Order: sequence, then C-alpha cells, then structure tokens
Amino acid sequence: MAQSDTGTVVRFDHPGAGRRRAASTPKGREVQPQAKHEIEVLLGDRPRARDHLIEHLHLIQDTYHQIGAAHLAALADEMRLAYAEVYETATFYAHFDVVKEDEPDLAPLIVRVCDTVTCAMFGAEKLYADLRAHEEAGTLGGPARIVRAPCVGLCDQAPVAEVGHHFVRHATAANVLDAIAQDDSHAHIPDYPDYDAYIAGGGYDVLNRLRAGTLSVDAVLKALDDSGLRGLGGAGFPAGRKWRSVRNEPGPRLMAINGDEGEPGTFKDRHYLNTDPHRFLEGTLIGAHVVEADDVYIYLRDEYPAAREILTREIAKLPPGGPTIHMRRGAGAYICGEESSMLESIEGKRGLPRHKPPFPYQVGLFGRPTLINNIETVFWVRDVIEKGPAWWTSHGRNGRVGLRTYSVSGRVKEPGVKLAPSGITAAELIAEYCGGMLDGHEFAAYLPGGASGGILPASLSDVPLDFGTLEKYGCFIGSAAVVVFSQADDIQGVALNLMRFFEDESCGQCTPCRSGTQKARMLMERGDWDADLLGELGQVMRDASICGLGQAASNPIACVIKYFPHLLAPREAAE
Amino acid sequence: MSSSTTREGPQDLDGATTETQGLAFELDGVQVFAREGESVWDVARRVGTDIPHLCHRPEPGYRPDGNCRVCMVEIEGERVLAPSCKRMPAVGMKVHSTTARATKARAMVMELLVSDQPARATSHDPTSSFWNWADRTEVTESRFPAAERWAHDPSHPAMRVNLDSCIQCNLCVRACREVQVNDVIGMAFRNAEAKIVFDFDDPMGSSTCVGCGECVQACPTGALMPAAYLNEAETRVSWPDKKVDSLCPYCGVGCQVTYEVKDKRVVYATGRDGPANHNRLCVKGRFGFDYIHHPHRLTKPLMRLPNMPKHANDQIDPANPWTHFREATWEEALDAAAAGLVKVRDEAGPRALAGFGSAKGSNEEAYLFQKLVRTGFGSNNVDHCTRLCHASSVAALIEGLNSGAVSAPFAAAKDAEVIIVIGANPTVNHPVAATFIKNAVKAGTAKLIVMDPRHQSLSRHALHHLAFKPGSDVAMLNAMLHTIINEGLTDEQYIAGYTEGYEELRARIQDFSPEAMAPVCGIPAETLREVARLYATARSSLIFWGMGISQHVHGTDNARCLIALALVTGQIGRPGTGLHPLRGQNNVQGASDAGLIPMVLPDYQSVENPAIRERFEAAWGTSIDPKRGLTVVEIMNAIHDGGIKGMFVEGENPAMSDPDLNHARSALAMLDHLVVQDLFLTETAFHADVVLPASAFAEKSGTFTNTDRRVQLGRPVLDPPGDARQDWWIIAEIAKRMGCAWTYTQPSEIFTEMAGLMPSLANITWDRLVREGAVTYPVDGADQPGHEIIFYAGFPTASGRGKIVPANVLPPDEVPDSEYPMVLSTGRVLEHWHTGSMTRRSGVLDAIEPEAVAFMSPKDLWRMQMSPGDQIRLETRRGAVEVKVRSDRDVPAGMVFMPFCYAEAAANLLTNPALDPFGKIPEFKFCAARVSAAAMASAAE
Repeated sequence: MAQSDTGTVVRFDHPGAGRRRAASTPKGREVQPQAKHEIEVLLGDRPRARDHLIEHLHLIQDTYHQIGAAHLAALADEMRLAYAEVYETATFYAHFDVVKEDEPDLAPLIVRVCDTVTCAMFGAEKLYADLRAHEEAGTLGGPARIVRAPCVGLCDQAPVAEVGHHFVRHATAANVLDAIAQDDSHAHIPDYPDYDAYIAGGGYDVLNRLRAGTLSVDAVLKALDDSGLRGLGGAGFPAGRKWRSVRNEPGPRLMAINGDEGEPGTFKDRHYLNTDPHRFLEGTLIGAHVVEADDVYIYLRDEYPAAREILTREIAKLPPGGPTIHMRRGAGAYICGEESSMLESIEGKRGLPRHKPPFPYQVGLFGRPTLINNIETVFWVRDVIEKGPAWWTSHGRNGRVGLRTYSVSGRVKEPGVKLAPSGITAAELIAEYCGGMLDGHEFAAYLPGGASGGILPASLSDVPLDFGTLEKYGCFIGSAAVVVFSQADDIQGVALNLMRFFEDESCGQCTPCRSGTQKARMLMERGDWDADLLGELGQVMRDASICGLGQAASNPIACVIKYFPHLLAPREAAE
Repeated sequence: MSSSTTREGPQDLDGATTETQGLAFELDGVQVFAREGESVWDVARRVGTDIPHLCHRPEPGYRPDGNCRVCMVEIEGERVLAPSCKRMPAVGMKVHSTTARATKARAMVMELLVSDQPARATSHDPTSSFWNWADRTEVTESRFPAAERWAHDPSHPAMRVNLDSCIQCNLCVRACREVQVNDVIGMAFRNAEAKIVFDFDDPMGSSTCVGCGECVQACPTGALMPAAYLNEAETRVSWPDKKVDSLCPYCGVGCQVTYEVKDKRVVYATGRDGPANHNRLCVKGRFGFDYIHHPHRLTKPLMRLPNMPKHANDQIDPANPWTHFREATWEEALDAAAAGLVKVRDEAGPRALAGFGSAKGSNEEAYLFQKLVRTGFGSNNVDHCTRLCHASSVAALIEGLNSGAVSAPFAAAKDAEVIIVIGANPTVNHPVAATFIKNAVKAGTAKLIVMDPRHQSLSRHALHHLAFKPGSDVAMLNAMLHTIINEGLTDEQYIAGYTEGYEELRARIQDFSPEAMAPVCGIPAETLREVARLYATARSSLIFWGMGISQHVHGTDNARCLIALALVTGQIGRPGTGLHPLRGQNNVQGASDAGLIPMVLPDYQSVENPAIRERFEAAWGTSIDPKRGLTVVEIMNAIHDGGIKGMFVEGENPAMSDPDLNHARSALAMLDHLVVQDLFLTETAFHADVVLPASAFAEKSGTFTNTDRRVQLGRPVLDPPGDARQDWWIIAEIAKRMGCAWTYTQPSEIFTEMAGLMPSLANITWDRLVREGAVTYPVDGADQPGHEIIFYAGFPTASGRGKIVPANVLPPDEVPDSEYPMVLSTGRVLEHWHTGSMTRRSGVLDAIEPEAVAFMSPKDLWRMQMSPGDQIRLETRRGAVEVKVRSDRDVPAGMVFMPFCYAEAAANLLTNPALDPFGKIPEFKFCAARVSAAAMASAAE
C-alpha cells in the first residue's frame, strides 16, 4: 500500500494473547427489555424504595408463581439495587422461588405440608410422602408441587397442608388432592366482627377519648403499668415501660407490630386477628398515639393470608386522622419474629438479627426509635384501659397475675386457643381447658413454650406456666405454646424435629447457631447421642449466639439430657 | 443514635489520649482506657491482650460485624457473652477475656469452623489467618462431622473461589459492598447454606465483578484467593521471597501497593494504607503488574536496518523486530540516537527537534526530559499526553485561579453534601477514587449528581443522572449558572471578597435560561434548576470532572463554567468543596508540574517571561529559547509542513494516542530521525531509527505526584530485564552526547535540583519522602503536613481573586449529518490503560478484555438489524476500523463509544484533530461517524 486511504481498514496485530474473545455485552447479566417492561407494568406506581423490595418480590411470585432471573434482574434495575442485594433477599425467604435461566419453570400451585412437631405427631411425614409419591407419579390432579413447610399456626387441627393460600386442616392425601383438583387455593375468610360491629360494641371509644384529650397519655401509661401487662410475643417485657422508653427518645418515632407468629405450636395471634381484628387495631392506634408515631408497620407472617385480607379490608375503613398503617408481608422466615430481624425485613432486607445494644427503642426501624409490640400485647390494651388494670390483675393462679392465651396442641381432646389465668399448670390446663388427654394416651411430656422453650416431663406438670417460673428448669414460657406428648411419642425424635426446625430457620449469621444447629442435628441423627459433646455445644450456642434463636435452640437437647436420661442409655451398649 | 457511651468518659481534649485518659473500664481485672471509637477488642489489642478475630478486619473502611464469635468475652452482669470486636466499652464495665466460659466458647466456635474446612495440608491456604488462629488457639481438630460444601469456581482469570474454605464471615461482602461499593458479592440463602454469591449465584467470571480483588485481600481463609498463588489442585504453592512497598503504575489516584516477589517475578500486589487508597486497589493495580515480565519486553537497544523504508502503515511484530531492526550495544545506540538529533539540530536548527516525555515516568524523568529538550535540543518543543487529557482544564484553571492543580483531594467527598461528577467515569478510570465517592453516597452524607451523555455504574448511586446531549456542556452549565444567579443563590460575600468578573458573567448569562437551554442540552429546565439549587445551596459541594469536559474544542469553556459555578457559590476552599479534575495518568500532575509543557518551565512559569527564563538559564548554565514550543498535535502538523525533522519520544505512544492517526503516523514515518525509549516496541517505535530499552515502573526509583497533589515515592521492586536501563540514565546519556555537562548519579540528586527550582516542592525532600512515603504540596514546613485543601483565602493570582470567565455555547467541530449520522466518543475501559501497550500485555487484563470493542445502544443495534457481538465497520471522514460491537444500555442512542487502546482497531484513526483554541486539546469526545455491518470477506480472514 502506497498511500493510506481513509476508507481502507488497516489490520494491525495487537499485543494481547489473542486466546479469548471479548464479551458482546457488559459484565454480568443483561436486563432483558421484555422482563423490564413486565416489571414496570407490574409495579405500576408503587414506590421503588428499598423497603418495598419484599413486597415487590411477593408481587412477582404471586403473578408468575416463581421469580425468574430475568424478572429479578429487571426488578433490581427498576429499584436501582445491585443484583446481589435482590438475590440475597429473595433467596433468604422460603416463600420466594428464584428460578435461574437454565432451570425449568416450577409448577404454579404450591402445596406446603407442615412437618413441625405437632403436625409430625399427627402423621405429617406420611402425608408428605404420600403427596410426593403422587407428585412423582403425576397424579396430583393439577400443576402443583409439594414442599415441606415449618409450622403454619394450625397445630390444633394437625396435620395441615396449605394448598396455595387455602389451609387443609386434618389433612390427608385425599382431601389435599380434592383441594388441588378443585383449585381451592385461596384463603377462606372467616366471619368476624367488622368495623361497624366493633363500633357498635363500644369500640374505639378509648382511642377517641385519648385523641380528644379526655384520656391522658399518662393515664394510659399508668393503666399499663398498674396492670403489669407484659409483652406477649414471648419476651415478657413490661408494656408500659417499653412505651415510656420509646416516648422518651427523640422523634420522629415509629411503631412496628410483630405479627410474625412463627414459634411452633403458637396460633393465638392468628386467632385474635381472625376473630376480633379491631380490638387489635385499636390497641395499635393507642400505642401509636402514645409514642407519637406517624407511621405504623404491621409485619404479618405470610402464613396468615386470611388475617392479611381481614386487616387490609378493615384498615381501609378506619376514619382519617390516624397514623399511616403500612401492611408488610413476611415471606417464610421464623427468624423474622425476632424483633430486630423483623425490622431488617420491613426494610426489605434479609432477616438478620441486629446486635444489641443499641436496642430498637433507641435505634429501630430506618434508624428511628421504634415501639415494637406483639399482636396480642396491643390486643389487650383497650380492655386494660376500659376495664381498668384491676380487671387484668384479678386473674391469675398459683400466685401469678393476669390472663394468658395458651395455644394448646398435641395429645389432648380439645386442643386450641385457651384464655386461662396466668400461672396455670400444664396438668390444670389439660384437665380444665382441654378435656383431658386423648383416649389411650397418657401424659408423658410437654413443651411449655413452643420449640424454643424446652421439654419438660409429665412429672413437672405442676409448674405454674408464666414468665419467670420455668427458667429454673431450663425452660421458658415464651409465646405460651403448650404441646402435649404421650407415651406414643418419641421424645428424642421430638428434639430432633425441633433441631431440624432451628437448623432450617437459622438465619446463618453467627457460627454457633448456623453451624451449631447443623452439627447438633447431625449428631442427633446418629441415634446414640454423644451427650457430652451435645451438652458442650449446647452451652456455647446458648452463650455465644447473637439472638434468641441460637441461644434457645439447644434447650430441647439440654432437657432431654436432663429429664430423659434413660433415653440416652443405649449409647454405651451400642459401642 | 443515642449518645455513645464513649462520649461520657473523660474527654480527650488535645487529641493525644494517653493510656490514662479516655473511658475507663476493666479488662481482665486491670483498668484500661478506651479512646474515642474504640471497641473492647481495639483496646485489648492496644494493651497487648490477644483476642482471636476472623470476621473482624481492623483496617480502614471495615466495620466490625461480630458474626464469627471467636472474639467472645464475658462481661459481668450480662446473661450471655459479647463479641469484643463490636461491643463498645461503657464506664465501669468489667470485661473478662480469659474466663473458662469465654475461652470455651471461642474454642468451640473454632472447632465448629474447623470441622468444615478441607484438610489443612491440601487446603487452599494452610497459612491463612484462619489456620493461624487455629494454631494460636490450639484448635486444629474437630469432633464434629463435616457438612457438605460447595464446588470450586475457577471462572475468573485472576481469582479463585473455593467456598469449601468459607466460614461465612461476610468480610468479602463488606469488602465488595461497603468498602469498594462494587455491590457484586452477596450472602444468599440462609442457615448453614448461607452462601457467598456473585450476582445471582453466578460464576465469578461471568458476574458483574470488576476484579478489584478487595475480597481476596479481605478473606481470612483462602476461600477467595489470587489464582497466582494456587496450583491445579487449588492448593497454595506460592509464597513471596520478598515484599516491596511502592506505588501503582496506572491512573492518577496514586494507590500505594506492596509487591510480592517470587523467583524474581512479581506474583501479586496488595493494597497498602496509603493516604489516597487506604488499602484499596482496582483490577489494574492488583492484577495488571505482569506486563513487565512480558516476552515482548525490549532488553537490548535496537537500530533500524540500513535503508529500511518507513511508512505510516508499517507494523512490526514486537516478538520479532528483526524484520526492521538489529540489536546494538548501548554505546552504539546512544551514539546513533544522539548523533541523529544533533545532525537535525545543527542542520535545520533547534526548532526542528521535538520531544515527547511521559506522564507515566517519574517527576525526575519528566524534569530531565524537558531539560534535555530545552538545553540539549535548544527549543521548547516538549510536550506530553497532558495535551491530550487535561490541557484545557489546566488552561482554564491557570487563567482563572493561576493554579493548574486540584483544590481538594478526592477524599473530600466524605465532607461534601453534593458531589457533581461531570464528563468523567471514575469507576472505570479512577476506580479507587470512585469508591470514596460511593462511600459518601452510601453513608447518606452526600447526594451525587452525574452528568454525562453515557450512563455509568455511578449512575445507580446518583440522585440525578443528567444524560445531556454530547457537546452541550456549556449550555447545561450556563443554565445552572443562570438559575443560581437569577434565583439569588450566589454567595455574595464570597463573590465580593474573592472573585472578579462576576458582573460580566451576570450580564452575559441572561441569554442562557434553563428554558432556553433545555432543548439544546436535552435536560428539562426543571431538572437543571433543581440541580443548580442543590449545588448552590448545599453546605459543601464538590465537582469532579474528566475528559468529557476537557476533550472538546470548547474544553476550556467547559472548565470555565465549572470554575464559575464554584466561584459564584463559594463552593471552594472549604472542607467538602472544590474543583477536582481527575488526572488520568499516574504522574500527569507531576510531569506537568515538572515542565513537560511547551509554554512553561517547571511550576508553570512562562518560558516567554525573561525574568523567569533568566533564573533557569542561570541554574542550567545555558540559554533557553524565548519562544514557546509546539504542542503534541502541532508537532505532528509541523512534521508534515517540514518544520520538524527529528524527535525523541520517551514513554509516549503518539501512533496510538494522537487524533487522526493516519495523519500522525505518516508524520512519524516522515521524520529524518526518531528515537523511541520504551518498554516495548510500540506502534510509535515501528517508525523509529533507534529504540532504547527502558525501565518499567516496578524497576525504578522516583517520585510521582497523584491527582491530589500528593508526591509519593516509588521504589524499585526488581532490576530491569536484560540490558534495559533506567530512564533517567538514558536521558542523561543522550544529553551528554548533545553537549550537556550532566553528572547525575541517582534520582535523588535530580529531585533536589528540581525542588530548588519549583516553589511548589518547598519543604519536600527526598529524605522526607523516604521517611513519610507521601507528602501533599503545598507544604509550609519540613515538619508540617501539606495542605490538602487550597484556596481557603483567595487565589495565587495577581489580584488574589479568582477570575470568572463567561463561556459561549459553541457547537462541536464536526456535527453529525446525513452521511455520518452518529457521534463517536472515545475513552477507556476499566481493564485497559492509555494505548494498551502495558495492559494488553498483562495476562489478567488481556483475559478480561481481549479484543477491540465498540459500544452501542441496544436500540441502535436493533434499528440497524445487528446483533451484539457482530463485527461492524465504523468510519469517519478520517478513517475506518472494523471492530466487534458490544451492546450497552449505558450508551445513548446515536452514539458509538470506543476505547482508544486497541492496536487492531485504533479509535484514533477516526478522531477529529480539531483543537481547543486555548488548551490545544483535540476533540476526542465528539466526531461524526457512521456504522455499517463489516464486510463478510474481512470477517473471514
């Protein structure tokens, strides 16, 4: 070539190795225009703020019955979040099914079979196996898939399967298949007293007086203090003191309701929401008024679709003037019942417990001082004020004070929600409130406080069930979920079931819980327990875990070692 | 936050807390004192109490997370143990680190973690921090059954992911998300299955990972490691023989680096806690060091074969230069190099010679090179790549403020309320500086506004991204000035006290209302107003800019607008405010300071000022040409015109970096005599008569000045290969042969000489740099730190005031038309630097970006019925290339973006050499182009 011609492409070699080819798109996954369009339409004018991430993931899951990678990438782009941020949140929660590009689509109908302790007692494993066999054989009768699920809060009607959002109680393969065949997959809304009915019964009078100034904030706080009403989510912190603490922090303050009732065996909050939603709402609004919160977040577990529907309907009927109530939907994570995990989840993140201090009343939701109450705690506020603290303190037994809502399940004739005096013993509860043991079953053991509250033998059935009464036995009452076992139940098997639950539900943040629950489960599966090692491990989990889950997860082990040593005897024989 | 307990203790008023001041608490029965912000673990470490730590990394930017639980301590009165790394001491707290309970818990945690580790002997890193702590706590065996772990991921060219060693401590997540804010790594799933993932649990190599390696530097177990350490079985087999503290050779950020050497090769680079980088590096700095070992390295002087013709399109295989060159001794080559230059000088006159120095070399080399040209050649025809990057910015800054440097370091981002990034893409070009901008946004202290026709990774973090029409900078910025002035948002006191020319601006700006400018720049008037208000009314606002501002025919006007914004609002001279042109090369600030510029002697002192000239003539013992020299593009034009006949090019590659390469290359081929001093046989060296093998950054000692005005010391890591020599020595040998009586024996002597002639370097000595590593100028005393922020009380102008210069809206030189309907804009990619001569010879960087690519909007590709990855023909009135097209949503429709680093498809064949009248910088960011599918025939070649 003599003269360079501007139109001629002169080929130069380059100094690179020349072994690889350049990518035709930028690094990482591309946002697909079609998926982006679908997400834009789906989200509409909903906020793009980070704290709506989980709500938007629900929207995708509900619409497409799974969360495809293309949609997830588009959602990240739309919310200006990193891929990793949306992915880690989506994969943390059991109710989101992330499907990558190279994976097949999932069957649209999900059937969740509860396999936690009470349902396990009533045949959940067989139910799950039968349904899986149908799935394998293609005889489910519809495009469904069978998955295991932890406690859904219907332990009094165990075993339970959830077909879509419809709960099949006393489930059998047959009635589940019926539900699938009839596509009976929507929540069944029970009859309940609505806004008008609640008003007719004198409802919202306390709130109105408070707002009008005829009832003072101090009077409310005094009533709470005098009643001794405590946090009924399980921690038992005095409600009045908590409200005062939040009130004393600089504003703006927020309120969050913990409706993530996930402690196995517990179903009292669902009961109250489904039977008297406005009593709960009035208590909530009284709390918001006292701490001057303009925004209230109700975090409700995803397993309670009927309650969600009821609340959504009824909140819409509230007259203007109160705080903004934000409904937030859990997504299948027991850990989000831990208050600081719940805050993280409301903020649209994985539900990792926060380190304390600082406490949520100081640094809570979005970094603001936050009043966090359990559903049942605020449920009683109207009554305590209206009827007076003396009404509350007039109840109680065995030297204890107040009322307590026990969720009773297991081998009793009449399981269910039992409003009984605080301090009642297990024996009294079974005899007086539950119609006694099931025929052919002898009382052998019980969980006094759900999965985490430990296991006690029937010989300790005379211990008052209340805050502070069980600790000396290595147990606690927590959310007052009493699960009753008989001679038919394998207590080691119960402990293993509970450990599997904790292992699944561990957030994975800290080593003692993440690894400890896994190693404990592996050791327990060996049948002949290494009680020394399990005991050692349990103590460290108790001492060194970040939150209550890990700290309590070894309670069943410790109780089996302590109260059921005869069960561990074969170990040496086996060697 | 509630008031932290640390503030309740006795206050440390003088900032020099001693062991008996601070917050008093008890550690293992002994009273200790916590300083502000110290955790229990921090205090324990300071007083010599060893508490293990795995998930805690006591380095800048890492917050304690308290998740691993190997640092648990017992606190009296507390039900459970506490993580010492995260727990803040309270007055009177009694902490026990050695109780049986605490020790047991820590040992059990280690035992749990050990159970899931691969066998130590064959583990990925038997010397990891994890195994170190296992040894020290005497827990190297476990009674627990092992769990199933994850398969390894070898997908990344530079790093290995072996999650079977992972302890889920999330240090890599914090590294990626909180320190570097690249947001690639996450912790997905939950419980024991909680897994470190890249994006959607994708292979690292196909994720959005930018390869900064911060995760590798942070990982305590070897789950994330540099691939260079590992054998095929993923076991570590490489440990360094020695480590040398030096600097990164690439961009202007000036990261401090420790190089690890094994068998006389650099195997790895780790970030050091330098004032600019705080341990951080980017993919180039961490993995791009190996070009120095490339087989193409020149190790012997070369001389062109007799009668070997030259042509613009010549190319030579760097692996086999013997087609055009023969080996020569140094004596022979230096004699020939100098003789050729002397011949031109003596026959055609001093102004027939020109030299290009380099912003990649040290201050000493830059100083010597310009001294050679001015005293040995006898002209001022000396320039370097600053002409191609920030010449217009410097022109505007000198005109307005009489200083060409930044007013504040990029770290000022942490004090800013509003940060504007305009015409810059720092996550690509100044990645570590970008991390500090992202940190400020993430901390919620700063609002970020990005202004660029192209979107970029910073856009996601920005409150506003103003994707204005290419070339409409002045229209947009004038609209902002209009808003600020007409809405009364100016700082009247500042204007009155420290500026001049405001009234003229106020009068001239009236034509540029946001409403009038909106159609010109494509940004809605209301957005322009909002951004103007944000900038003007913030307590502190900071502007970063890059080549998108400077590389235009109106580059100086662009920069004038930015200066005016700062001056009318008083957003300069205070913490978190200022003007920061991000400098492109590691020493472009220093090379400019050192006088590698045709109009000025060192420290921007005009060569046309007799008094100044006399001072240098006295110092150098020779006369200096009183006429300013020619700039880069002017020199190429002068060769075509016959005015320049001989050149010495040291470390520059104009055959790739100049605009309109057909023109530039034919100029180089026309030279009677061309001497090239470089590491490689560059495209420029193809046309050389003599090629002198030089030393790489890692082989030399010298000072380098980063974008913050920070003078830092680079130390030699290795000897130059073969017979390659130190650059300063080569320059001096040429000088001697051209009649200069130079006697330098080492770089420190050169530094001392230049510091004596440069007021900016007052109080900075070589010894001080050896001692401190980095000193920012200006410095008031030998024992005082430098001024990070300048212009806190006026400007170094004659009046002491900053001059406001209004700018007019001018169109780009070559606007699209029906024949060439697209806009071509050029720049860089993350992995490649400047003309690619170094980075394309780095194994990792070449592996990530191995081929020439042009970037286009997916919409345009769809419209043109082309697919991502197709070969396209891209042409302008000056040339054509064929190149693979990358579909990129960040590129606006109607634009083609192309990096200029690719020899096989040199973007500068296409660019427009039209110059900014003040900065003499070409319009690299805008020319008219057209795109078509590449001919099949050529694709088949």
